[in-house]
Amino acid sequence: MIPEIGQFALILALSLAICQTVLPLVGAQRGDTAMMGVARTAATGQFLFVAVAFGCLTYAFVTDDFSVLYVANHSQLSLPNLYKVSAVWGAHEGSLLLWIFLLAGWTVAVARFSSGLPDAFAARVIGVLGFLSIGFLLFALLTSNPFDRLVPAAVDGGDLNPLLQDPGLAFHPPLLYIGYVGFSVAFAFAIAAMISGDLDQRWAKWTRPWTTVAWLFLTLGIALGSWWAYYELGWGGWWFWDAVENASFMPWLIGTALIHSLAVTEKRGLFKSWTLLLAITAFSLSLLGTFLVRSGIIVSVHAFATDPTRGFFILSFLAIVVLGALVLYAWRAPSLDSDAGFSPLSRETFLLLNNVLLVVATTVVLIGTLSPLVVEMATGDKISIGPPWFNVAFLVPMIPLVILLGMGMHTAWRTQNAGSWARLLRIPAIIAILLGVVIPLLVYGRVSILLVVGCAAAVWIVVSSLIQPVRSLLREKGTAGITRSALGMCVAHLGMGLFVLGATVVSAFGVESDQALQPGQSIEVAGYDFRMVGLSNVQGPNFSAIEAEIEISNDGEFVATIRPQKRQYLVQKSPMTEAGIRAGLDKDLFVALGDQLGNNTWSVRVQYKPLIRFIWLGALIMALGGLIAISDRRYRVNVRKKAVIETGEAEATA
Amino acid sequence: MNRFVWPLIAVAGLLVFLVMGLRHGDPRALPSPFIGEPAPVFELPTLMNPEVNIGTNTFAGDYALVNVWATWCVMCRAEHPFLLELAARKAIPIYGINWRDSRLEAMRWLDELGDPYLASAYDEDGRVGIDWGVYGAPETFLVDPEGTVIYKHLGPLDPVIWQREFVARMSGGGQAK
Repeated sequence: MIPEIGQFALILALSLAICQTVLPLVGAQRGDTAMMGVARTAATGQFLFVAVAFGCLTYAFVTDDFSVLYVANHSQLSLPNLYKVSAVWGAHEGSLLLWIFLLAGWTVAVARFSSGLPDAFAARVIGVLGFLSIGFLLFALLTSNPFDRLVPAAVDGGDLNPLLQDPGLAFHPPLLYIGYVGFSVAFAFAIAAMISGDLDQRWAKWTRPWTTVAWLFLTLGIALGSWWAYYELGWGGWWFWDAVENASFMPWLIGTALIHSLAVTEKRGLFKSWTLLLAITAFSLSLLGTFLVRSGIIVSVHAFATDPTRGFFILSFLAIVVLGALVLYAWRAPSLDSDAGFSPLSRETFLLLNNVLLVVATTVVLIGTLSPLVVEMATGDKISIGPPWFNVAFLVPMIPLVILLGMGMHTAWRTQNAGSWARLLRIPAIIAILLGVVIPLLVYGRVSILLVVGCAAAVWIVVSSLIQPVRSLLREKGTAGITRSALGMCVAHLGMGLFVLGATVVSAFGVESDQALQPGQSIEVAGYDFRMVGLSNVQGPNFSAIEAEIEISNDGEFVATIRPQKRQYLVQKSPMTEAGIRAGLDKDLFVALGDQLGNNTWSVRVQYKPLIRFIWLGALIMALGGLIAISDRRYRVNVRKKAVIETGEAEATA
Repeated sequence: MNRFVWPLIAVAGLLVFLVMGLRHGDPRALPSPFIGEPAPVFELPTLMNPEVNIGTNTFAGDYALVNVWATWCVMCRAEHPFLLELAARKAIPIYGINWRDSRLEAMRWLDELGDPYLASAYDEDGRVGIDWGVYGAPETFLVDPEGTVIYKHLGPLDPVIWQREFVARMSGGGQAK
């Protein structure tokens, strides 16, 4: 009964999504306030019904309703409760429902916080979001219904993929999807602006906070995914350039470019058509990511169970949305750009370079992701473009990007006096070059060109991000003379600097060593002694495991005991590695059990990972920067003021 | 032509490419149902006797059901009685692929529950399962006399699915009762 309610709720949500699309869009065109007024109500209704459907599926999981095919395939009686809930989005059908749920959630948020927008504009935005909902609801109902029954019901389920039975992965998809789906708001704003043909600086101001929120969630989602891959896959790497990782990374790169280009459009009214194009691209790449993951077109460890009809459906939808948007763009954009100039040494120039480099970086990732497909179609060979290619190609745009970043932050809009600019940046530059040599040499005892460049770039960003906040702190005690928006920028850039430092140090000084080990023996890696004290059998709720106890010491001094496990999940029979990690801000010590080599002897992978935590810490701080930026007063104050003016005007004309 | 048309052209090109990529579908790369394709060739020892091999040729010439099963699979236990029933009324030759299992446990299982299979292949490491695009047990393939996979069912079989999806697909339904 409950699953049928869920299915029915989805159908009702679809009908409401159709109302939410058609009536406001037509109403806005005709200037019919009654029709436009439907937008908010329909969006709220759609959200409620999708929430009911989502609740029904969650209920089916929690109550072990194995008469639902999706539940039977992805859950199991002894699965811990947390994972029964996270199993809802553990595979294609449910994660699609999550996507729909979040899209409806974003729409309601837009409806709720759009009171400051002109009525026709708000109606168009909500209408466009409704159109996206229609596409995904149809996708779910026609090809991927999560409520399909299994008759007769299964006695027990097939269990959730053990890789996904992890707290990190329980929260990774929702965060990632909030980000992915969030770019639909910037997209809808762009389409609405193009339909009305009216794009001014206020448009950029309205779009900015929404884009930043989406971006910050995407940042968190990607970071959490990377952290999960690090400790769960057992390889000790933190980024694999896997097709699905790239699918989330491309919208992030373009989203980052969009945030910066929106700043120019808001402050100076420039780059309008470019900003529109980025808003369209960011969401299009989210859709492309969905397509890549769900069509099976690219082989990946993350790929969902695949089905060609799903691939064609999502590709057709992608074509309609993206081509439609771009036709509109080709028609409207030519009339938008203004001729306001800026001098070569100005913030505009740096933000332009930032955008160019980020787009180049995205192109690198896109080419690397799709080229195996090109090769396969041309020659029939399956190749994979591995991390070596990406690592090199990606650095080409990234190195200039981080160097320019520090300069751009301290450059004024319109035009900057070169003398004072050089004086200000002289000191951070000297510190950066000095520490760039000193950090690798003194702390880690080795230097190379790339290493010095990486460390110097990291220090350069950190120092130049700190100048402004520190100055404003020193000048007036207590009251900060810096806007939240500028502070957010500094904090996000600081996070970027820490990330660069972590990534540089860990890739240069990380040690990985595969060895055989048995109880009583010890091995030495990077100056640390890893002694296997013993092996034992451990029983989990739905797995059994062999656990090694490993004692780490440094020059005879005890450091930590870690307990890596090799798990065997009972239903899916797949062995899983649970690495033992001694985590620290300065370094991680990591042991993963490989294969049993003989009686009591195991192959182990021991790793020493200096500063690896800076990678995720950096990402966290970037997201925090986004959070600070959207708390800037002007977004709220002006919205309210605007609302007053609008009502005033409406009364005046009435 | 104005420069604002270029993104449109670029994306249209990309889409054409993706459609081609999707069409290109290679069963080894795409773990999708490869219905209408010849059954993937394999050669495996039988479960009961490691000396005897069973392979794709074994079930040529007649419609055959290829059922992927394992003792650790709870839903296989659920569908087992129906397979026995099909075997008892000689509806169709049934072959098993015992998948990622232990030989002893599998033999004991057939001993206890009855053996509906003319023969079971023993796919210990799941290699053949990969070729066949097996996603999880139980999975049942319908292979026609020419050796083409004409249907694949995920999850346990039951009389309704059997009638609707399998019998309907076999020409001259006379063979299937």
